[in-house]
Amino acid sequence: MKKTTKPFWWGLFGAGGAMSALFIPILLFLTGLAIPLGWIEAPRYEALLALVKHPLTRLFIFALISLSLFHWAHRFRYTLYDGLQLKHLNELVAVICYGSAMVVTLVAGYTLWSI
Amino acid sequence: MGERRWAKGEERGANALLALHPSHFRLNWSKFMTNQNPHYTKHHPRWYRVRMPIFWWVHKWVHLKFILRELTSVAVAFYALVLLFQIRALSQGPEAYENFFAWLKTPLAIILHAIAFLFVIFHSVTWFNLSPRALVVRIGKNRLPDVVIAASNYVAWIIFSAAMAWIILTS
Repeated sequence: MKKTTKPFWWGLFGAGGAMSALFIPILLFLTGLAIPLGWIEAPRYEALLALVKHPLTRLFIFALISLSLFHWAHRFRYTLYDGLQLKHLNELVAVICYGSAMVVTLVAGYTLWSI
Repeated sequence: MGERRWAKGEERGANALLALHPSHFRLNWSKFMTNQNPHYTKHHPRWYRVRMPIFWWVHKWVHLKFILRELTSVAVAFYALVLLFQIRALSQGPEAYENFFAWLKTPLAIILHAIAFLFVIFHSVTWFNLSPRALVVRIGKNRLPDVVIAASNYVAWIIFSAAMAWIILTS
């Protein structure tokens, strides 16, 4: 049987899909809507910094950012493939999608490491 | 691109008469259907494909729903980037965080987050509803019903959301 990298990317897609489905709605609602609109009092800067500095929080945020982006990369790649039928650009689209997910993963890792 | 492939195909099928033999033709079609390498199509059957319009998915609600579901990934990526910028601002000090928070309050940011919120809710619901297809749980000889698996996802969603809100708001 021919070896492909497809199961690997699909695994990242699945993990990212599950993690983003569970956690992003509440986080997005709080940071993007409820707190800026004043429905809920904003947490203090020092408190948030202390929370983010905790190793478990850093690990969680790193996994959430990275897996969400690999989820996007995989799904968006096939959306372009099926929806816009960019089949002739298949390789280029794959490199751009997975590549940007990798770059942002590195940036997120560095940022979280150096807080 | 198409012309280059045509030239390639011509090279490979050097004997044109042999290539036109019916049995050969049938064989090539089946090869094409199972071909692992999309770039190698000996007799360029691309020419016989019906062309699909680019916006094939707008006419039927199921197709539109499929594309909208796939596009939820853009909202997911959007939030991942916002979170990264938030962490960066946090690490740069109170002033940088104040600037980030000021951006969150702009109408553009609110609108973007409102749209992204609808999309991520759609993502969660479609993801949880599909999960029984991907996850088969067996207890002894019996398969756990789909409803139970989907329902457990929703329960986990509520619990994790409450836990997240509690951790952030009481920090």
